[in-house]
Amino acid sequence: MENAPLRTEEMPTETRKEVSLINTGKKIDYSKWGYIFIAPFFICFFIFSLIPLVDTIRYSFFQYYTTGLKEVGPNFTGISNYVELFASDLGKYTWNTFIMWIIGFVPQIIIALILAAWFTDCRLKIHGKGFFKVVIYLPNLIMASAFSMLFFTLFSEVGPINSMMMQLGIFEKPFKFLASVGGSRSLVAIMNFLMWFGNTTIMLMAAIMGISPDIFEAAEIDGCNNTQRFFKITLPLIKPILAYSLITSLIGGLQMFDVPQILTGGKGTPDRTTMTLIMFLNQHLKARNYGMAGALSVYLFIVSGILCAIVYRMMNNESDYGEKKTKKKGEKS
Amino acid sequence: MKNKQVIALLMSVLMGAGVLTGCGSASMASTGAGGSYFSSDEEGKVINIWTWNEEFRNRVTDYYPEVKETSSDGTVTTLKDGTEIHWTINPNQDGVYQDKLDEALKQQASADQDDKIDIFLAETDYLVKYIDKDIDVAIPLKELGIDPESDLSDQYKYTKDAACDADGVQRATSWQGCPGVFIYRRDIAREVFGTDDPDEVHALIADWDKYNEAAEKLKEAGYYMNSSTIDTQRVYTNNTKAPWVEKGSTTVKVDENVVKWIKDTKENLDKGYIHTTDGQWADTWNKDQGADSKVFGFFGPAWFVDFTLTPNYGESAEPNWGICESPQAYNWGGSFIVGCSGTDNKEHIKDIMLSLTGNKDVLLDIAKGTGDFTNTQSGMKELSEDDSFESEFLCGQNPYKIYAPAAENIVMDKLSPYDQGCVEALGNSFGDYFNDKVDFEKAKENFETTIKERYPDITEVVWPE
Repeated sequence: MENAPLRTEEMPTETRKEVSLINTGKKIDYSKWGYIFIAPFFICFFIFSLIPLVDTIRYSFFQYYTTGLKEVGPNFTGISNYVELFASDLGKYTWNTFIMWIIGFVPQIIIALILAAWFTDCRLKIHGKGFFKVVIYLPNLIMASAFSMLFFTLFSEVGPINSMMMQLGIFEKPFKFLASVGGSRSLVAIMNFLMWFGNTTIMLMAAIMGISPDIFEAAEIDGCNNTQRFFKITLPLIKPILAYSLITSLIGGLQMFDVPQILTGGKGTPDRTTMTLIMFLNQHLKARNYGMAGALSVYLFIVSGILCAIVYRMMNNESDYGEKKTKKKGEKS
Repeated sequence: MKNKQVIALLMSVLMGAGVLTGCGSASMASTGAGGSYFSSDEEGKVINIWTWNEEFRNRVTDYYPEVKETSSDGTVTTLKDGTEIHWTINPNQDGVYQDKLDEALKQQASADQDDKIDIFLAETDYLVKYIDKDIDVAIPLKELGIDPESDLSDQYKYTKDAACDADGVQRATSWQGCPGVFIYRRDIAREVFGTDDPDEVHALIADWDKYNEAAEKLKEAGYYMNSSTIDTQRVYTNNTKAPWVEKGSTTVKVDENVVKWIKDTKENLDKGYIHTTDGQWADTWNKDQGADSKVFGFFGPAWFVDFTLTPNYGESAEPNWGICESPQAYNWGGSFIVGCSGTDNKEHIKDIMLSLTGNKDVLLDIAKGTGDFTNTQSGMKELSEDDSFESEFLCGQNPYKIYAPAAENIVMDKLSPYDQGCVEALGNSFGDYFNDKVDFEKAKENFETTIKERYPDITEVVWPE
């Protein structure tokens, strides 16, 4: 390591000499241990993450699938997979994913905000806060597939929800939730909402508790009421965390898969309106169509990459890390 | 800092390249064993059998004479000579069984002797895929020491034809025939039609027009003709003029009869003859087979009565079913035993195949014990003429009187490796049409999309004029 020339032009020559003198003189070199200790991670990363990733990108330019037990390809076909991908219903599946995410996310963030505001309000004096926090977090601990199996049974044509509604006289005949676009999309959204609102609540609570109590006190002395306090103080001050949960949820939503997959048996019924992007990917993997699946993965990779970049930007701009970052960049160039 | 990054990058590239070339050289191992179908001359101690439900396991544990015992969880069966059968069961739905089987077949060459698949089961819907001579994973029966001409001469010819590859070499064998019949509720028949006699009921549904007339009467009396929209699908799709995909073609040809099925089913659903649009094996369908349902009848072969209807109806309920010939002859299902290339249990495979599919006594025992229609022409004929044979579940009717003639009419020369996907996609895509969620054209489009996703080599779907 120390033999490699240090290319820090800004560094004065004397300092550079000194550094190398110290190193060579005492012959103490811990850096190799550093490499040895981090090696297992990197080896695993290369084998199980990086190579499949590179392979995925590579295969997206090939015709490569299995029919019956016969393998076809890999034959290089250029960007034909991408052309085919964008000619397919990709837009529709992107929209499906987005719409199911948004119907779940809106109630999720509203309920989470209300709950977080209540739990952190010292005047409300809610008893058993810990208990409630655990309860609202519980749905997240259930396996998504088990959760959607449960909903599948509950909302089936002969399931308990339908028989209950009919006994109450609300429905005249059983409503086919899973055969209606609104019904099945809402079920997916409700499940995602139930699973994730607890998580968001706890995150927002942490954000609200991070606001200095002095501000609230001062506001109260000035005669601020509850609504004003919430909209003028709490909300603006937790904006970064709100934006953060929006984007992470969006990235999570992009990968939505288990709930609709189990609920509709992987078919995205009715009329493929609950088919998310990852379910679409699965359809290709069924036929071991590595070419098309690769192209779709690359598309998803780019979309999530853009979203990640937005989060990264935002988080850096909101804190003073941003300044340091720009300085560092300046140094390097 | 920068030089560290450079070295790290260099390392990663080198390692990546190394592993990549490693991957490249270890190319796909072929599934066929090349010169020999057998990996060892000595008999192995473990027989691995892959299947999709308990049916075949029950046949082996109950009727294979060499069985000593089966573990309580059902995963291991021990034979009298100490050999163990290890069962691997994956569900058939959505192609799960085939996916896992295909994956395992790829590993077959490199797997340990005791982990290699020795026998797997294949259903009629996808049998063609596995008995392909180019793929060569199914051992020809002759290589196992079975001569189909003499050893299996009593089998129904169509079951043997279905198991032959393009050169006419038989590579699988079945213990059952699956002639489809119409199974109806006797109490509803008496109430609506004034008779529950199989011949008279058959006269009422002798063709599709009469069938619809009968359905109208049932509706007026507050009953449904069928449970699910899928119920009649097999009857229609089995009576097509051409296979879904002709050999060597990349075009799915939708047969006229398939379109007729869609039209008829939609009409009957709208008229209220059909209870639900949920498919087969769904909750509603199972409940409709129960004692207090309003559904008159189901289409199915012998295994349906034994394996599906009996448990759904309830063992304790009063026997109430009868069977008669269906408006059109058809075949549904059929499990074939396939010896898997690379096995080390040649003798055991041969013995299991011969006992369970070529031994008349065993086949008759299976038929009498389970009500299954077994693959012995003379045995089935005897049973159908045996007036003392009665099925308790069918109110004393001798079902073989109906099954045996129906089996004579089955032709199975329209199989293609794409059948399962086409049949499944048909039900799913047109389910939305039946539910009025999409129009006919859109459903056609969805069918095409599904087919092309599932089979990337399919270039075109052609609909009849």
